[in-house]
Amino acid sequence: MTTEPKIVAFTCNWCSYAGADLAGTSRIQYPANVRIIRLMCSGRVDPTWILKAFELGADGVLVSGCHPQDCHYISGNEKAEERVNSTKRLLRLLGLETDRLRLEWISASEGARFAEVIKDFTEKLSRMGPTPFRSKRGV
Amino acid sequence: MENSKVNSTEPRIGVFVCHCGVNIGGVVDVPKVVEYAKTLPGVVYAEENLYTCSEEGLSKIKGAIREYGLNRVVVASCTPRTHEPLFRSACEDAGLNQYLFEMANIREQCSWVHSHEPEKATEKAKDIVRMTVAKARLLEPEEEAEIAVADSALIVGAGITGMTTAVSLARQGFRIYLVEKEPEVGGLVRRLNALYPTMSDPAEILNPLIEQVKSSRNIQLLTSTGVTSVRGYVGNFEVTALRGKTEELKLNVGTIVVATGAEAFDPEGRYGYRRLAGVITQLQLERMLRDGELGKPKSVVMIQCVGSREEGRPYCSRICCMNAIKNALIIKEKSPETDVCILYRDIQAYGRNYEDYYKKAREAGVIFIMYDKDKPPEVSRSGIRLKVSVVNAFMHQEVTLGADMVVLSTPLVQHESGRDLARVLRVPLGSDGFFMEAHAKLRPVDFATDGIFVCGTAQSPKNIPESIAQAYGAASKAGILMASGKVRAEAITAMVNEEICRGCGRCEEVCEFNAIGVEDTGGAKMTAKVMEAICKGCGVCAVACPTGAITMRHFTTKQINAMLEAALTPGRG
Repeated sequence: MTTEPKIVAFTCNWCSYAGADLAGTSRIQYPANVRIIRLMCSGRVDPTWILKAFELGADGVLVSGCHPQDCHYISGNEKAEERVNSTKRLLRLLGLETDRLRLEWISASEGARFAEVIKDFTEKLSRMGPTPFRSKRGV
Repeated sequence: MENSKVNSTEPRIGVFVCHCGVNIGGVVDVPKVVEYAKTLPGVVYAEENLYTCSEEGLSKIKGAIREYGLNRVVVASCTPRTHEPLFRSACEDAGLNQYLFEMANIREQCSWVHSHEPEKATEKAKDIVRMTVAKARLLEPEEEAEIAVADSALIVGAGITGMTTAVSLARQGFRIYLVEKEPEVGGLVRRLNALYPTMSDPAEILNPLIEQVKSSRNIQLLTSTGVTSVRGYVGNFEVTALRGKTEELKLNVGTIVVATGAEAFDPEGRYGYRRLAGVITQLQLERMLRDGELGKPKSVVMIQCVGSREEGRPYCSRICCMNAIKNALIIKEKSPETDVCILYRDIQAYGRNYEDYYKKAREAGVIFIMYDKDKPPEVSRSGIRLKVSVVNAFMHQEVTLGADMVVLSTPLVQHESGRDLARVLRVPLGSDGFFMEAHAKLRPVDFATDGIFVCGTAQSPKNIPESIAQAYGAASKAGILMASGKVRAEAITAMVNEEICRGCGRCEEVCEFNAIGVEDTGGAKMTAKVMEAICKGCGVCAVACPTGAITMRHFTTKQINAMLEAALTPGRG
């Protein structure tokens, strides 16, 4: 159990959460290590939450929203992209691999892609090993 | 409610874990999840149901709210995207505000995707329930405001699309302001000589429509008028329009329809246009044909895709192929001796009877030569005539054609006043310059902004029947709002803590809906104010706020932080 990476996924309500639902409806299997937090828009994802997730021992954080041009709120996904990029710079300063934070556009019709992203992210995080913050917290 | 515990602040959470037949129960150990839920802080009651969404399950929720004084309800079952409204209304039935309900998705996002790992699925289900309960503890009751919708509409553009929309809505009994920037109505169609594939006179369809517009008591037609500002939101738009140069008009409307059409691209500098006599556009040819000025030219060459399907305007304008074929047929009919040659990249004959029409042109002797985008034709002067050289894309051979007239088929493009209107309405234009609908497939005549609709060539190049179909679509969408007379506003909106807000205006900059702005409210400082009727609740402003003064209802920073803690620190519950 201890070696399986922990992933927190922030998904928007309209595309990516629905994509995760479709993975379920289609019975596509993926690792059970992701915990999804539904928001209305990926533009709601506050960089402090991402940092908090890492502080609490998450090995990876996924921010997932609608494809460019498809945002239910016009440009929330673009804002999410800017914020993820700036948060990556902060991670670098903290000495954390920037690949631990991942941004993906997953639409409501991309159930298979959602599962694929979780699988791929899990493999990559496993190769990286647990986050240094995890051992400090003793989780 | 008689039960004083309901809606009280100390959380009393009830958790209902659904088996969903075997869908959840066949993988997740539901009784174990129920027992676990009972240990979570704030949970005073937990039970399992075979189907929580059944009549029996719903009445159990209602009964438990009353019996145990629950003031928060969590259902651990399927996705909130389908069943949340059902459970919310069960809560409301029992006197609990519907926003004090939260769902834990342990089917689509757990049992169905981990069906071969029952132990891990059970652990994950417990985690999801723990996260949901953590949010539920912090839920607040919310209200959806009801907004009245005025029974009047503004329609911008009095071409065939705008007039069709206006007449349709006027017949349904709504008051219509039909605004046209030109002194005359009829738009681009008024400038045509004939319509394909029927060859009918545009006046045959325009005149009866104009008559209906002018005779309708419900339509106020305002020509030579432009929209200069729009304030407000769905149901209550305050529109300012300028008639002529000086007369300012104030209009209050419930809905707005954009039917501003498009204009033909000006091919300045291409193929000798405005430099070589005899190089004209299809629109100029239409006028010549209408005024009987064609004469008996020996040869006419038409060039397609002049300014379309290229960088900057990558789209197909959809009407140019049929329009060129129409004019070629008319020339052949008026002057059978004239050679007509159409230089094309691809022929779009996609509509009903269009393929026959194309065949008819071939049979009439119109010559079609395909050219490659990278080897466009060249037009030059040759004595008193024109000379067109083109490489035939099939034969890879250069052909030289003598021409008395070269006609350029140019695409429909957005016009300056359309771009101005987009700014005034704060609605988006696509990268092609046309108004961009809310969803490419499912919402073809809506904007993301409630109460504003788009139809016709303002949205993208299209022919008359397509424009009219959209006109009826926009009329019915606007009509639904105005007939019901009210809309429910979003309850998930931004909230500003005025004590922390320092009025910097970052929120105003990032809001796509103009729903938040810094205002002088007469207090000691400027603070941000949310227009709740317009706010869509995306939360972009809450993240942009440097002081943390903004949060979102039902997705508060505290709630999300609690979910994060619950997700990553199991011990703390």
